[in-house]
Amino acid sequence: MTAVTADTQEAYEAVFDAAVAADERIEPRDWMPEAYRATLVRQIAQHAHSEIIGMQPEANWITRAPSLRRKAILIAKVQDEAGHGLYLYSAAETLGTSRDELLDKLHTGRQKYSSIFNYPTLTWADVGAIGWLVDGAAITNQVPLCRCSYGPYARAMVRICKEESFHQRQGYESLLALSRGTPEQHAMAQDAVNRWWWPSLMMFGPPDDESSHSAQSMAWKIKRHSNDELRQRFVDICVPQAETLGLTLPDPDLRWNEERGHYDFGPIDWTEFWDVLKGNGPCNEQRITQRRRAHEEGAWVREAAAAYAAKHGEATP
Amino acid sequence: MSTAAALALGDDALVLSHRLGEWAGHAPVLEEEVALANIALDLLGQARVLLSLVGDEDELAYLREERAFRNVQLVEQPNGDFAHTIVRQLYFSTYQRLLYGRLAAAGEGAGAGAGQLTGLAAKAVKEVAYHQDHAEQWTLRLGDGTAESHQRTQRACTALWRFTGELFHPVAGLDVDWQELESDWLASVTAVLERATLTVPDGPRTGAWSAGAGRQGLHTESFGRMLAEMQHLHRSHPGASW
Repeated sequence: MTAVTADTQEAYEAVFDAAVAADERIEPRDWMPEAYRATLVRQIAQHAHSEIIGMQPEANWITRAPSLRRKAILIAKVQDEAGHGLYLYSAAETLGTSRDELLDKLHTGRQKYSSIFNYPTLTWADVGAIGWLVDGAAITNQVPLCRCSYGPYARAMVRICKEESFHQRQGYESLLALSRGTPEQHAMAQDAVNRWWWPSLMMFGPPDDESSHSAQSMAWKIKRHSNDELRQRFVDICVPQAETLGLTLPDPDLRWNEERGHYDFGPIDWTEFWDVLKGNGPCNEQRITQRRRAHEEGAWVREAAAAYAAKHGEATP
Repeated sequence: MSTAAALALGDDALVLSHRLGEWAGHAPVLEEEVALANIALDLLGQARVLLSLVGDEDELAYLREERAFRNVQLVEQPNGDFAHTIVRQLYFSTYQRLLYGRLAAAGEGAGAGAGQLTGLAAKAVKEVAYHQDHAEQWTLRLGDGTAESHQRTQRACTALWRFTGELFHPVAGLDVDWQELESDWLASVTAVLERATLTVPDGPRTGAWSAGAGRQGLHTESFGRMLAEMQHLHRSHPGASW
């Protein structure tokens, strides 16, 4: 490897900055600042981990889905999530890391996943609420990522967002069926929305003045909007949808603000947010234990595949 | 197509799909999360078509008691380890591929009554060919992988062997040469196990209890618990739609 001298470093940086300014895509072979690479690895890995851990709360209901149609929709959704995890690990690998390395970081708690998946799915309606609110929040966050400055990530997001929108509509439709169903089903739907609303708003991350990575990510065009902007956009979308659903959102301060042209909403419990993020949410322990166990109990299977490949001259995955 | 036949094949697909659904979030590698869910989804699709030929798919899936289910005992066997799941898949998908292959071929040129079944078999045979390939590829890797994987797979082959005779218990309404189906199945499975360096089990393939038992509504103990989990929510809300 040749050492990069100060002069060439500056020249590379200038090319990189110009490309970002011109809204060009940065590709794997392009020079990029080490901090840009590290930020992307962290963000894409966390995104991939969220897809993988996010399978658990929904898979929790596969064996109990109340109709065969809903069961098929749910299996397809969980399957898509595993697929999204795979795209995203591939996107992360273009930055010089490996899936094994990233999974190891997830299993040892050195990389995070979305805090939303540390909440339990207690009733069938939770599956619908996750589709509507959690996927809805994810889409609000991810659609701008389709224009992210890093090409492989942006392209992965285009595919993922299409599938996510489909899941989100199905979740909404499932909640609608419950809301218009028997009184018990309606109550189940309302209870689920009550429990998932605030955690969904937390998915946009800390308020702008406490978000450590925001400014740099926006300058690099990894991020296009601030956490608070996206959160507001999400609230504005959800309020009329809740009305159509015939369900209420659990926020007494929620009201239209004519002057701002947006809905005002109540304060988020940031203590709970940081608590869940630090590992003290209702399911943190359970989620990571199940993930680690699946990996450990599957070790002999992966070893068998590698041994077979070695014996039969196949390329090891 | 006879009701008995649609119910038997529909229940096979429904129950195995359910078992595969239990793997979600527990698979040894992410690619297998996708593959097992994909197979579960194909089987569930087959089950829905077949049960709908008999009546309301949800009523049939969620409101029948254990004694009214007509699936073979093989598909209700608990997942066990990955080798156990794979061998169950190998045994069953080989059977399904041979059976649907015959049904699809027999239906061509047959009367109107054969129409629904031919259509289903023609579509399903493509899916189960993929399932069989998946099971075969893994049987080779596990059987001819490490000492541990070989041992686990051999154990699974033996443990599930006694449930395979029932697959060839004639199903009313299916005009199939069951003996020929059985010898083709044995030849196909034997070839895969041998390539995988595994020993073909020498135990009986049918016992007094398992010969055709599932098809008559006589199941193994874990099946009732599986149904309890599957049906609980639906049964808690009588008449509700979802």
